[in-house]
Amino acid sequence: MASSSCLTKSKTSIIHHLKSIKLNSHNLLHTISSPPFPLPKQTTTSPIDSAIVCFQSLYFRRQLHSATSVNNEVHQLPAEAPLQQVLNYPVGKVKFTPKLAFTAGSTEERVPCYRVLNENGQPITDSDSLEISKELAVKMYTDMVTLEVMDTIFYEAQRQGRISFYATTTGEEAINIASAAALNNQDFVFPQYREPGVLLWRGFTLQEFAHQCFGNKYDNGKGRQMPIHYGSRKHNYFTVASTVATQIPHAVGAAYSLKMEKQDSCVITYFGDGGSSTADFHAAINFAAVLEVPVIFFCRNNGWAISTPTNEQFRSDGVVVRGKAYGVPSIRVDGNDALAIYTAVSGARKMAIEEQTPVLIEALTYRTGHHSTSDDSTKYRSIDEIEQWRGDQNPVKRFRKWIESKGWWSHEAESEHHINIRKQLSQAIQAAERVEKPRIADMFNDVYDVLPKNLMEQEAFIRKTIKKHTQDYPSDVPL
Amino acid sequence: MRGIISQKLGGLSSQVVGNYMLRLRPAASARHYSSATKEMTVRDALNSALDEEMAADPNVFVMGEEVGEYQGAYKITKGLLDKYGPERVVDTPITEAGFAGIGVGSAYHGLRPVIEFMTFNFSMQAIDHIINSAAKSNYMSAGQINVPIVFRGPNGPAAGVGAQHSQCYGAWYGSVPGLKVLVPYSSEDARGLLKAAIRDPDPVVFLENELLYGESFPVSAEALDSSFCLPIGKAKFSQCSSSVDRSQIEREGKDITITAFSKMVGYALKAAEILEKEGINAEVINLRSIRPLDRATINASVRKTNRLVTVEEGFPQHGVGAEICASVVEDSFGYLDAPVERIAGADVPTPYAANLERMAFPQIEDIVRAAKRACYRSVPMAATA
Ligand SMILES: Cc1ncc(C[n+]2csc(CCOP(=O)(O)OP(=O)(O)O)c2C)c(N)n1
Ligand SMILES: [Mg+2]
Repeated sequence: MASSSCLTKSKTSIIHHLKSIKLNSHNLLHTISSPPFPLPKQTTTSPIDSAIVCFQSLYFRRQLHSATSVNNEVHQLPAEAPLQQVLNYPVGKVKFTPKLAFTAGSTEERVPCYRVLNENGQPITDSDSLEISKELAVKMYTDMVTLEVMDTIFYEAQRQGRISFYATTTGEEAINIASAAALNNQDFVFPQYREPGVLLWRGFTLQEFAHQCFGNKYDNGKGRQMPIHYGSRKHNYFTVASTVATQIPHAVGAAYSLKMEKQDSCVITYFGDGGSSTADFHAAINFAAVLEVPVIFFCRNNGWAISTPTNEQFRSDGVVVRGKAYGVPSIRVDGNDALAIYTAVSGARKMAIEEQTPVLIEALTYRTGHHSTSDDSTKYRSIDEIEQWRGDQNPVKRFRKWIESKGWWSHEAESEHHINIRKQLSQAIQAAERVEKPRIADMFNDVYDVLPKNLMEQEAFIRKTIKKHTQDYPSDVPL
Repeated sequence: MRGIISQKLGGLSSQVVGNYMLRLRPAASARHYSSATKEMTVRDALNSALDEEMAADPNVFVMGEEVGEYQGAYKITKGLLDKYGPERVVDTPITEAGFAGIGVGSAYHGLRPVIEFMTFNFSMQAIDHIINSAAKSNYMSAGQINVPIVFRGPNGPAAGVGAQHSQCYGAWYGSVPGLKVLVPYSSEDARGLLKAAIRDPDPVVFLENELLYGESFPVSAEALDSSFCLPIGKAKFSQCSSSVDRSQIEREGKDITITAFSKMVGYALKAAEILEKEGINAEVINLRSIRPLDRATINASVRKTNRLVTVEEGFPQHGVGAEICASVVEDSFGYLDAPVERIAGADVPTPYAANLERMAFPQIEDIVRAAKRACYRSVPMAATA
C-alpha cells in the first residue's frame, strides 16, 4: 500500500535524521561544557567575571576558528576549569541551576484583570483610574448607545434582505468607544472588523456607514468591499481587510514610519482571540519589540472565533502572557468596563509614545451577537451563556449606571437619545437605499494609480457591449 | 463580461461558412453509463466521498477551521466528527500556515490529510507549504518522501463577498510542478475526483465552488458505488442537446469547442443549448483537471470543430484559457478556422456592489456571443470598433 510504504520510508529517514541530530548535539555540548582551549589567566576570583571571560573567549575562538580553520591548541584541555554560576549571554546574565525543572506550561493563578467599575457601575475602592469630565463621559456613553442601535438596525436591514451581510459589535461597545476616546485622532487605527465604534467616535457619520453597507455610489469605498469593511483616510482608519489579522503587521510597519518621522502619535491595531493565532500576529509583535515602535496591540478576547471557543484556539492563559514572551509590556483589562479600558489605553498610549515601545492589551469580553449574519451561534453555545453576558456584564448598562450615579445622565436623556438615533438611522438607510449603484468606471479605476491603456480599452468595450446588448445587462449599471 | 477579446479577425473563409448549418444528428454514444437513478447535491457528493474514504483508510483524516463541531463553514464535513471522532476530524486555530504545514508533516509520516480551507483565498496564508513543502518534497527527497495530501475548499468568486473572498486560484496552482489540480463541476465529478485525490500519492489541490454546493445533479449507480473513482488528468466531453440527457453522454461535436471548468461548465452547457437553437452545435469540455491538463482531448476536439472558446472566472492574463490557447496553437494551429476566443473574469479585483460584480465575471450571453463570433455568425466587436 502506498501509505505504508511512505511510512516506512519516512521512518527510516526520521531515524537517520535523529542520529545526525544526536551527533550534532553531542558536539555542541562538548564545546560548551569544556572549552578546548586555554583560558587567559584569571586576575579575579569572581565567578561571574570568569564566566564573562569564558563566553567572550568562546565567541572569539569561534571567529578565529572560522577565519583560519586552524587551531593548534584545540586538543589541549585548560589547566583548571573556572567556576561558572552565571552565563553572561549577550542579552543578559542567566543563572545556572543544578535542578532539573521545567517551567510550567500553565499556572493555577491566571493573570488578573484590571477593573475599576463593578457590575453595578460603582467605582472599586483604591482603583487606579483616570478622572474624566462629564462631557467626555456623556459622549462616550451616547456613542456606545449609538453603536448599539446602529447594529440593531443594520442587522435588521440585512435580515430583510436590504444588504447582503452584516456583523454586529454587540457586547464590545466599551472596547470600541473607550479605547477610541483614549486615543488622539492623529493616531492610526488598523482594525479587524468589529471596531466600527472607533470610526464613529472619530466622526464618520451614520449616513456614511449606511452608504458603505449599501455599496452605493456615495460609499466612500466605491462599492468595492463587503458591508462593514469601512475605511477612511480622513479619520486615519485603514480599510478593513477580510483576511483575519493581516492588519497586525501593517500596524507595526506604520508605527515604524511614525518612529522614523518622530511623530507624537502611535498606532493601535485591534484583533480577536482568533486573530492571535495567526502567523501574522506572532511576526508582528516580535518585530514591534525588536524595532521598538509605538504600537498598541489591542486583543478583543471575546471568547469565540466563529464557532471556535478560546480553549481550542490556544492553551496559554489567554493572549496577555504572550507579551512577556516577546518582551512587550502587557495588561489584561475588563473589556466591559469602559473606564478601565479608557485608563489602560491612555496609559499604553503614553508609554508607546514616550518610551517608543509596543504595548499589548488583552480585553476580556464576550461576543454576545452571532459571528455575522451568516452564523447562528445558538448551534454551538448555550443561550444561558449569552444571556448572562448580556445581563450582568453588559458594558453599556454598566457605564450608564456609573454616569447616572454621578448625576450626569437621566431617564429622559436616555429615551431622547434613543429616539433621535433611531430616526437618524432609518433616514440614513432609506437614503442609502435610494442612491444608485456605483458607475461602471468604478470597476476599473484604482486598480492602479493611473488607469492603464488595457483597462481603458476594457471599459470602452464593456460600455459598447452594454449599449449594443442592453437586454443582456442589468438596468442598474450607470454608464 | 468578457475579460479580454484580443484577436483581430481574419477574413471570412468560405470553407467554414457552411459549418454551422449542419444540423444536429442524434449521436451514437461512444460509451454507455448506467442510467441516472438519483439526484445528489455537490455538497452530499463531497461529504459522502470523504466519509467513504475515511471509512476505507484509517490514515485519512480531515483538518481545518471549524470542520468538526461546526461541520465546516459550508457543511462539507457534516457528521464526520460523530463518526470518526476528534482525532480524525481536527478543529484548528486560525492559522492556515500552521495547519497546512502540519498537514504536510503528517503526510510525510504516512497519514493522508485532507486540509480544508474556509475558502481558497485563505490558502494564500499557507501557500509556502503548498508549493515549497508539499509540491516539492517528493522531488527534493529523490522520491523518498511523498506527500499524499489534499488541500480542498471553495474557490473562485462567490456572491457578494468582495475582492478578498472572490478569486480563482486555478491558474495559480495550475502552474506548479508537483501539484495536481482538480476542478469538479457536477456531483459525479465531486465524488469521483475527491476520492481519486485522497487515494493519490501526490499533493492535490481540489478547487470547489461555493455556489455549486447546493446544486443537484443526477448521479449514476456506478458513481454511487464506494469504489467509484475518476481518473486524474482526464477531461470530460459533454455535448448539449435538449433532446438528450445533457450531462452524461459523450458524443461527436461539430461546430465549436467550448472548454470550461467548475461552475463555468454549467454556463457553457446553457450557452450550448442557446447556440443549438440557432443551429450551432457546440461541444463542451469539462476540464475536471487543470494539472495535468488533458491537452489530447482538447486538441482532438478542436481538430474536429476547428473553433475554440475558453471560459474561466479567473483573471485573463496567464490564465487557464491562455494555456489552452497556447496548447492548441502549438499542436493544432493548422486546424483553426477562427481566432480562439478567451472569456475570463475582468482584469480587476472583484468589486462588491452587485451590479459591478456581475459585470466582472463571464455570463452565459458572453459565451453565446463569443461562440457566434467564432462561427462568423455575428458582426465581430472589433469590426464595429
Ligand atoms: C486568514 C483567514 N482565515 C479564516 C478566515 C475566516 N474567518 C473570518 S472571521 C473568523 C474568526 C475570527 O475570530 P476572532 O479573531 O476571534 O474575531 P471575532 O470575530 O471574535 O471578533 C474566521 C475564522 C479569515 N477571514 N481569514
Ligand atoms: Mg473572537
